[in-house]
Amino acid sequence: MGAIAGAWQWLTTVANWAGEKGVWHRLGEHVYLSALCLALACLIALPVALWLGHIGKGGALAVNLSNVGRAVPTFAVLVLLTLTPLGTRGDWPTIIALVLFAVPPLLTNAYLGMREADRDVVEAARGMGMSGPQLLLRVEIPLAYPLIMTGLRSATVQVVATATLAALAGGGGLGRIITAGFGNYDTAQVVAGALLVAVLALLVEGVLVLADRLFDPMRGRRRGRRATKGTGPGPGADGPGGSVGDDEVVALGKPA
Amino acid sequence: MTAQAAVAQVGGPGAVQAAGPGGAPAGGSSCLQTNDWICGEYVRSRGQELVDATVQHIGITAVSVLIGLLVAFPLALAARRWRAAAGPVLGLTTVLYTVPSLAMFALLTPVFGVSAAVVVTGLVMYSLTILVRNILAGLEAVPTEVREAARGMGYGSVRLLFGVELPLAVPALVAGLRIATVSTVAMTTIGSVVGYGGLGNLIASGMEGFFKAEVLTASVLCVLLALTADLLLLGLQRLLTPWTRERAPGRTRARRGARTAKGVA
Repeated sequence: MGAIAGAWQWLTTVANWAGEKGVWHRLGEHVYLSALCLALACLIALPVALWLGHIGKGGALAVNLSNVGRAVPTFAVLVLLTLTPLGTRGDWPTIIALVLFAVPPLLTNAYLGMREADRDVVEAARGMGMSGPQLLLRVEIPLAYPLIMTGLRSATVQVVATATLAALAGGGGLGRIITAGFGNYDTAQVVAGALLVAVLALLVEGVLVLADRLFDPMRGRRRGRRATKGTGPGPGADGPGGSVGDDEVVALGKPA
Repeated sequence: MTAQAAVAQVGGPGAVQAAGPGGAPAGGSSCLQTNDWICGEYVRSRGQELVDATVQHIGITAVSVLIGLLVAFPLALAARRWRAAAGPVLGLTTVLYTVPSLAMFALLTPVFGVSAAVVVTGLVMYSLTILVRNILAGLEAVPTEVREAARGMGYGSVRLLFGVELPLAVPALVAGLRIATVSTVAMTTIGSVVGYGGLGNLIASGMEGFFKAEVLTASVLCVLLALTADLLLLGLQRLLTPWTRERAPGRTRARRGARTAKGVA
């Protein structure tokens, strides 16, 4: 347990938090990169997924994209992009790689959410004279919300994790503390950096679970429907990670 | 002190690579000198290195997935048997899943020193999330009638599990196994941080020496490895479940359950 004591000592040393290579600066880089890439990925993936889901086409694309994404090693893509002429343009290799890996879970989940929205309800809404946009905004998206949010969660976790890998390819972010620790033969710093990254990832996941519950448009109304569906592992299976049903198995991204 | 060895490991191949693109190797062909992305000469001259890395990659992946399966099975059974265990088991594996791999490997280094065990342990932890959920979903999707019928025929709980429930859960189980294997193949590359990353080692050393052919070849091999493993597992599933092929129209509930659990895989 010497490593933990060393890590604690490293973390409580004020000098390690300040400056260009300090924790605060790296944390800022990490959060900035993650947020930027997530926003870009949402801008790309969500409109496409919602539209494809609305018209009911492109299912094969949406579903297979996620499988292909899982087979491609993040690290390889980062390094490949770094070695292209893009590598001289600062953060661009990292940003492109992160967006590339955030799009599949977002797209697949939003699409599946749209398709799995209760068809009877959608037809009823259409029968009531709702127009296409009304149907999309007031029926399909609220019904697809849980899966869209699951996609957003796995994309976010993935982006935060992948931003760590950027350090391996010379980018910024919290991963730098770990790689610098490896470079200086400083086990205490390696463990301290790893703890910081792990805590950040868990914190982000926790915040997202809370946001998910808070903003659910059908809050309190969904329970009954879920219970009748009955394909999930049951009510006892809910872990701190949020609802753990078949949805989640579908939606799990790949940690990087 | 363990980090020292790690850097020695990572630095090792890098030092060798430095002779690659920069300092034109003996009898250097043009594509090595111009540092092309695709280079047959690289594959020819470094064939042994590629084979070694691929073997290490396959070994690490296979061991990780097998151990993952061995750990996940009892966990899934426990979660099914005792409702109180389900929450903690699923919660803990989910929490493990959110820890970034670089952090996971770094955190495990003080425990195991710099060894393949660090990579394998990290990968096992990641595979647990997917495997436990899929095994659980597969077992729960077995129709009650089937279970009752087997009990009526005098099956005990062990024979019921291995003779009836498990075979019916195979599609869901293999679906989870495929996801776990494919992502494990991809994630093994991060093991290069402690020198046990299989093809990831080549990617890392190629990056240090700015050796394009090495990076691209290793990356492509890695993707091919993932796809091959996926296809092999699909073939295995077809071998194990001959009954699913004959009844296309009247799907059993177990199969439908498997399809939902399988999701996008």
